[in-house]
Amino acid sequence: MSVNQSAPPVPPFGQNQPVYPGYHPASYGGQPGPAVPASPYGAYNGPVPGYQQTPPQGVPRAPPSSGAPPASMQAPCGQTTYGQFGQGDIQNGPSSTAQMQRLQGSQQFGPPLAPVVSQPAVLQPYGPPPTSTQVTAQLAGMQISGAVSHAPPSSVLGYGPPTSLASASGSFPNSGPYGSYPQSQAPPLSQAQGHPGVQPPLRSAPPLASSFTSPASGGPRMPSMTGPLPPGQGFGSLPVSQPNHVSSTPSHALPPGTQMTGPPGTQMTGPPVPPPSMHSPQQAGYQLQQNGSFGPARGPQPNYESPYPGAPTFGSQPGPPQPLPPKRLDPDAIPSPIQVIEDDRNNRGSEPFVTGVRGQVPPLVTTNFLVKDQGNASPRYIRCTSYNIPCTSDMAKQAQVPLAAVIKPLARLPPEEASPYVVDHGEAGPLRCNRCKAYMCPLMTFIEGGRRFQCSFCSCVNDVPPQYFQHLDHTGKRVDAYDRPELSLGSYEFLATVDYCKNNKFPSPPAFIFMIDVSYNAIRTGLVRLLCEELKSLLDYLPREGGAEESAIRVGFVTYNKVLHFYNVKSSLAQPQMMVVSDVADMFVPLLDGFLVNVRESRAVITSLLDKIPEMFADTRETETVFAPVIQAGMEALKAAECAGKLFLFHTSLPIAEAPGKLKNRDDRKLINTDKEKTLFQPQTGTYQTLAKDCVAQGCCVDLFLFPNQYVDVATLSVVPQLTGGSVYKYACFQVENDQERFLSDLRRDVQKVVGFDAVMRVRTSTGIRAVDFFGAFYMSNTTDVELAGLDEDKTVAVEFKHDDRLSEESGALLQCALLYTSCAGQRRLRIHNLALNCCTQLADLYRNCETDTLINYMAKFAYRGVVNSPVKTVRDTLITQCAQILACYRKNCASPSSAGQLILPECMKLLPVYLNCVLKSDVLQPGAEVTTDDRAYVRQLVSSMDVAETNVFFYPRLLPLTKSPIDSTSEPPAVRASEERLSSGDIYLLENGLNLFVWVGASVQQGVVQSLFNVSSFSQITSGLSVLPVLDNPLSRKVRGLIDSLRAQRMRYMKLIVVKQEDKLEMLFKHFLVEDKSLSGGASYVDFLCHMHKEIRQLLS
Amino acid sequence: MATYLEFIQQNEERDGVRFSWNVWPSSRLEATRMVVPLACLLTPLKERPDLPPVQYEPVLCSRPTCKAVLNPLCQVDYRAKLWACNFCFQRNQFPPAYTGISEVNQPAELMPQFSTIEYMIQRGARSPLIFLYVVDTCLEEDDLQALKESLQMSLSLLPPDALVGLITFGRMVQVHELSCEGISKSYVFRGTKDLTAKQIQDMLGLTKSAMPMQQARPAQPQEQPFVSSRFLQPVHKIDMNLTDLLGELQRDPWPVTQGKRPLRSTGVALSIAVGLLEGTFPNTGARIMLFTGGPPTQGPGMVVGDELKTPIRSWHDIEKDNARFMKKATKHYEMLANRTAANGHCIDIYACALDQTGLLEMKCCPNLTGGHMVMGDSFNTSLFKQTFQRIFSKDFNGDFRMAFGATLEVKTSRELKIAGAIGPCVSLNVKGPCVSENELGVGGTSQWKICGLDPTSTLGIYFEVVNQHNAPIPQGGRGAIQFVTQYQHSSTQKRIRVTTIARNWADAQSQLRHIEAAFDQEAAAVLMARLGVFRAESEEGPDVLRWLDRQLIRLCQKFGQYNKEDPTSFRLSDSFSLYPQFMFHLRRSPFLQVFNNSPDESSYYRHHFARQDLTQSLIMIQPILYSYSFHGPPEPVLLDSSSILADRILLMDTFFQIVIYLGETIAQWRKAGYQDMPEYENFKHLLQAPLDDAQEILQARFPMPRYINTEHGGSQARFLLSKVNPSQTHNNLYAWGQETGAPILTDDVSLQVFMDHLKKLAVSSAS
Repeated sequence: MSVNQSAPPVPPFGQNQPVYPGYHPASYGGQPGPAVPASPYGAYNGPVPGYQQTPPQGVPRAPPSSGAPPASMQAPCGQTTYGQFGQGDIQNGPSSTAQMQRLQGSQQFGPPLAPVVSQPAVLQPYGPPPTSTQVTAQLAGMQISGAVSHAPPSSVLGYGPPTSLASASGSFPNSGPYGSYPQSQAPPLSQAQGHPGVQPPLRSAPPLASSFTSPASGGPRMPSMTGPLPPGQGFGSLPVSQPNHVSSTPSHALPPGTQMTGPPGTQMTGPPVPPPSMHSPQQAGYQLQQNGSFGPARGPQPNYESPYPGAPTFGSQPGPPQPLPPKRLDPDAIPSPIQVIEDDRNNRGSEPFVTGVRGQVPPLVTTNFLVKDQGNASPRYIRCTSYNIPCTSDMAKQAQVPLAAVIKPLARLPPEEASPYVVDHGEAGPLRCNRCKAYMCPLMTFIEGGRRFQCSFCSCVNDVPPQYFQHLDHTGKRVDAYDRPELSLGSYEFLATVDYCKNNKFPSPPAFIFMIDVSYNAIRTGLVRLLCEELKSLLDYLPREGGAEESAIRVGFVTYNKVLHFYNVKSSLAQPQMMVVSDVADMFVPLLDGFLVNVRESRAVITSLLDKIPEMFADTRETETVFAPVIQAGMEALKAAECAGKLFLFHTSLPIAEAPGKLKNRDDRKLINTDKEKTLFQPQTGTYQTLAKDCVAQGCCVDLFLFPNQYVDVATLSVVPQLTGGSVYKYACFQVENDQERFLSDLRRDVQKVVGFDAVMRVRTSTGIRAVDFFGAFYMSNTTDVELAGLDEDKTVAVEFKHDDRLSEESGALLQCALLYTSCAGQRRLRIHNLALNCCTQLADLYRNCETDTLINYMAKFAYRGVVNSPVKTVRDTLITQCAQILACYRKNCASPSSAGQLILPECMKLLPVYLNCVLKSDVLQPGAEVTTDDRAYVRQLVSSMDVAETNVFFYPRLLPLTKSPIDSTSEPPAVRASEERLSSGDIYLLENGLNLFVWVGASVQQGVVQSLFNVSSFSQITSGLSVLPVLDNPLSRKVRGLIDSLRAQRMRYMKLIVVKQEDKLEMLFKHFLVEDKSLSGGASYVDFLCHMHKEIRQLLS
Repeated sequence: MATYLEFIQQNEERDGVRFSWNVWPSSRLEATRMVVPLACLLTPLKERPDLPPVQYEPVLCSRPTCKAVLNPLCQVDYRAKLWACNFCFQRNQFPPAYTGISEVNQPAELMPQFSTIEYMIQRGARSPLIFLYVVDTCLEEDDLQALKESLQMSLSLLPPDALVGLITFGRMVQVHELSCEGISKSYVFRGTKDLTAKQIQDMLGLTKSAMPMQQARPAQPQEQPFVSSRFLQPVHKIDMNLTDLLGELQRDPWPVTQGKRPLRSTGVALSIAVGLLEGTFPNTGARIMLFTGGPPTQGPGMVVGDELKTPIRSWHDIEKDNARFMKKATKHYEMLANRTAANGHCIDIYACALDQTGLLEMKCCPNLTGGHMVMGDSFNTSLFKQTFQRIFSKDFNGDFRMAFGATLEVKTSRELKIAGAIGPCVSLNVKGPCVSENELGVGGTSQWKICGLDPTSTLGIYFEVVNQHNAPIPQGGRGAIQFVTQYQHSSTQKRIRVTTIARNWADAQSQLRHIEAAFDQEAAAVLMARLGVFRAESEEGPDVLRWLDRQLIRLCQKFGQYNKEDPTSFRLSDSFSLYPQFMFHLRRSPFLQVFNNSPDESSYYRHHFARQDLTQSLIMIQPILYSYSFHGPPEPVLLDSSSILADRILLMDTFFQIVIYLGETIAQWRKAGYQDMPEYENFKHLLQAPLDDAQEILQARFPMPRYINTEHGGSQARFLLSKVNPSQTHNNLYAWGQETGAPILTDDVSLQVFMDHLKKLAVSSAS
């Protein structure tokens, strides 16, 4: 809250932004530039060219020679500092320090260093001047050091969590100044640290430039540095700084910029001055800190090199794209997701988030916080891309920030938070606005002494029915407002009347039908036996309502290969009866009575059936399967039973048997990167859409578990689950030994989770905006109603809004999401979520209240949907353009004037580039060679219903060092940025993205650690690809296993563990998830992308 | 006379053959003037306890177009070991095994008393009998229970190695797999969709194995049981399983809403049964036994919609062309029947319901395949239970009285051609020199397939004399006919029964007396009736009656003795005397009259009429009436209203019904309880006598007749009253109120009136 309020400072921040100019690197690059024209840009990686900051820096550049000098200039400075740094912590090196180190390193190395380390090659050349030998050494270190160099400041901060540093730095510089605010003080340090990262460049530059103006700041920094340094080392402290972060947010833009090379050039010249003016004090402080950090950084460098085997690769990366070398940006200087996350956690994790006030930006999804519902829906239910909406569509168009809400209507709440109250208005049913049909909510205004109420959505004045009448108090509030959830809470439920039911009949309890593939493949892998065994116990845990003693859900069983087998498990039977339906062309349900049964009553028969199924098909030789008829059968069964329900399909192969929905293998990798690539995402036949439509009409939700050995055409098979609100699970090359746990865990979760059936969701908005587009797993037969055959607690629907009129700042923008559904006990209910947003006439307000994670969630869904219709390249370009436009608009309208060479990012969006880059590099948009068509289709549909937290970690995996923090610390170790640079060969790391879980073991991990974790005596004896950690009774093993368990518990799906050894074949797989690095499939590294983005922005601005 | 009667009876006993004419008119022209065609009733498998089958194969004429079997009528040259075929005159060598024959050492087939002989074929595979139960589950609980019990009981009656299968149907059709342990398994089919045999076999998973089977015929016996093992299992193996399965059989679970008939997929069920056997056991003896409790209401073969407010078609609807499903359904069942016949299987229908069940549409199934048709009110009646039990009755040898997959081949000497056959058979379309162009019944062939037959199954076979008038047959010449019936005996052996008969030719102009004397009026009546009923299936009722009348008049004109235009002078010889009376009753019979009968009933009656032997057929045409009184032993009395007397007990046997009728006085006595008084024990005996006699008939007859015990004034007395000749009606008042009999309230003409008209028309020169 306060933070937001602090927003006002923003403007100042805007000013801060100038910090960005920090893009000294550019200038540095520029120096190298002389050698290679690109070099100047080089500083900014790919984007370099874009980074015409150089132009401004042009000076440095233009005179390559001149540039060079500066470099040298810096270098010297750097050297000095670096030297210190080098001596500094080793630790620094690793994280952000790396950058620091770089500087140092570079400096140390001599001149070359100065030139932004990143371009080792270039540098080296330069290097030669100093000392060739060193250069080479540097090279290795270069990258690191390069990063380090900038980073140094940040590194210090980032130290523990380099990322945080970076981000911090970014934000801090500005924030420092601005944010510095009161908080800043304490924070200042942290900020400083943070800034250091950012500033480092500045500073570094400055410091180096000591001669320059900047030095001044540098000077101060130095001192501060020292102070800060210590904290820096205690990384924890740095992260703490984040609070500032928030405050600083407004200014963020600056930090990054600052961090960037900008500084050198700018600082060198005039620039330094301007920023200084603003920030000067702060900067100074920062710089100091940075300096301080630098010091420590040095130490790290050495370490880095050694631990960073990656370094070489690093180098290699830049290497290949020759032109790139110069581009290098200091990775530590750029905004770090880790830092941002840490800061938010520290700042906002402790206090509950109270929803009473309109337009508050909630804490990040990565932060643990409690929610107090005081009239707006919890962010667990709804998150918006922005909590402050432009009043006019012109503004919205200008900003290009998508206005979207990501809604998770049935989200599970932590135990401390009460689930929505159920309101029963009796036969009259829920009270609604007569015109727009919005439901009674806290946003409605009672007038005329309570006899009427005005709808806040459409302004219609309605009569209050007599039985609902209540007097108003002196504030115009109903006296009973706090007794009625619908008048005081953001989320609540109404009991629906019969008018809300299909055919005007109250629904019967839903049913679950388990449909099991029993073809040869399913039997051979042991799947059927495993599943049947599991079902015996799982059936006791069907979801039930509230305190109900037993679940009302009935169950049915079907097995199938080329034909379907239905089972009569009526409780009165001595043994189950099997009914085979071979007429797959015209599917029907062969029995009524005894197919769907109460588990308790038919327990004996069901058990006997589940015992029999694996036996009966043990000798099967049938390899062909059908698919569409299976779904149809389930749907027909529900229809016959007149209830909604869910089908659990366990399927193994491409359905090639002669039947409707028969598919052929159309997988063709040659299509990738062609205009026809989109066909891979399109269903092969329209059969499934038609079928899905029928399913939706019947309230039949389909969950699909796939166990393919080869191509099964997920794109087509997932059509029905996708349109019916179901889930798809895929276990490629399923083997009981390896995948049992994962499958069973997913299955248990899927069966047990709360689910609503036969749902219709409608999002109403106040006049002025309108829901225009929807993303997720559902079906729409018109433009407003989202129809969901089933909706579970994990499913999210993203909704995009567009203006159709003006909004007013006064009344804000209101959303009401109404979900009509049948509960698992068969009760028809309406769940209402209300959310009020602010409206603004200043773009700055918009940018200050954005939520990048939600934005990414929306953009990813938008892009993923786009690949069905457009070539992937177009989709990627659209994303990049949109991102550039958003940022350019900010730069143009909100940021204080600054050098074009500066990259200025809004505080709230400073992670946008890194996250967006992750989206662009994801398997769907840029597949690697090892990614199958099925994988892409699978991920594509998976992402479509992910919530913000899931997309966050999915696109930017968490990388946790396991061996760094003390064994006895119970908290989760601080994450590190997903880059190979951050890995130390002496450590073990854990990486997870919600689907995968890796344990990466460095080659030089201590034997003792290896022993206590893997129970083998040396690194070489660790089995690569291990999927289970041995259960050992020692603190480390317990801790790691505990951590893995807790991570798994957090995620929607069970993450399969893979142990990867450094330098092992499997490492490729792992590296795929180091999303800040350049990917093998051609995805840009973070730094490169940032440069590119900068270039794009500049183009837009010019 | 007596000699001819004896001759006829002897022939019937020995050969199971009754000819309309036992001396044949020698020219085509003459034959046509005889009015009643030269024809015979053949009971191919007439029980012959005195005829042990011979254990070798028949010797055939070597002429490819003839292939007649060596028989007592053949000329044999014992020296040259040659025999001359009496049909084509081909001279044939005896096979090596016959080298030892001589005048004194003759093989059985040459002995005159073996005009009928049965050969037992040892070669070839034996395949077990197959019984496929097709059971309707849309029954009332009681009915279903009774049916289940009957079926379970039948398992104990089946030969242990017989294969059984079970298909149940209601809204869906389920084919039960019988070999499963621990779980009962069935294949389910939608009841609304017609499937081809191939689809059915695909869906039952029979295709793969069935294919190689057909290619490798020799391997058949080994493979067959294997192939079909899932659906058709030896009784002894799955006895318990099947008993349990039947025990667990539920009523069709699909809800039937008020005002609806249950959805019954008889058409598809039958189609699947046929397809199943077709795919697994073609040309092997098999019975598909359909048990149904109502009309098919959906899918192919549906007879009526499921709306109860729409009644099932009546004759009235049919005449008005108002039976919208009839044609389509009939076509469906005909198609099935033909396929079944082609595979040598037969279809039985056991229909038990108070309303019609669609027998009209389905009749072709049993009719063409030689299956049984049983109609009852409920499965929970002794009528059904005992009838069903009787299917599995055994003969003197302990063999089932059933045979399968028979082909009947008829060979004639040159003067004759085959015009057709009427009975439970289908044509095999074998043309040959002895096939006439003129068809009577199922013609155009010399071979027929009779998929299911029992010892009483009787075919009417019609011939045409083709000898031209100008080519007289030498004195003493005889015409010969040979019937060769190859069939699968219930013991699974293959057997061939050969009957060879010969009759004298006579010149109709010079020897009309001989021909007249050799007329078998009973056989003739039945044969003509079969022709009439056969026509009635395809023609309008009145047309058939007119045709019958004309034939009768012509016959009377030809063989009556009268003076022109003088009806009183009309006389018929003894050999013709009963014939008009038969015709009178035939005209009134349910075979030709549909009034008061539902289409199903008509079909049912006609079905049985077309397959029973002569005695039973005659009972059907003219029911038998016995009278019991204190005046003497029971005596047959005229089927006339005058026989209905107050102090008599009447026992009427119409084949389909056994009616015991107590005269008015008797009924009063019984009511007074005299039979319980020791001093009136004779009355008790009198009451008991007809019951015992009825029981005797009930014991022997298949299908079990409806047993009606009624009395004067009882509502059920109508069964009697509708049959007797209405000699006294409300129209001829002279009998009213007298002791001479009971008046019948009808406008039907009496026999007297009928005869008067007949005489008048016969003597009229105008017609």
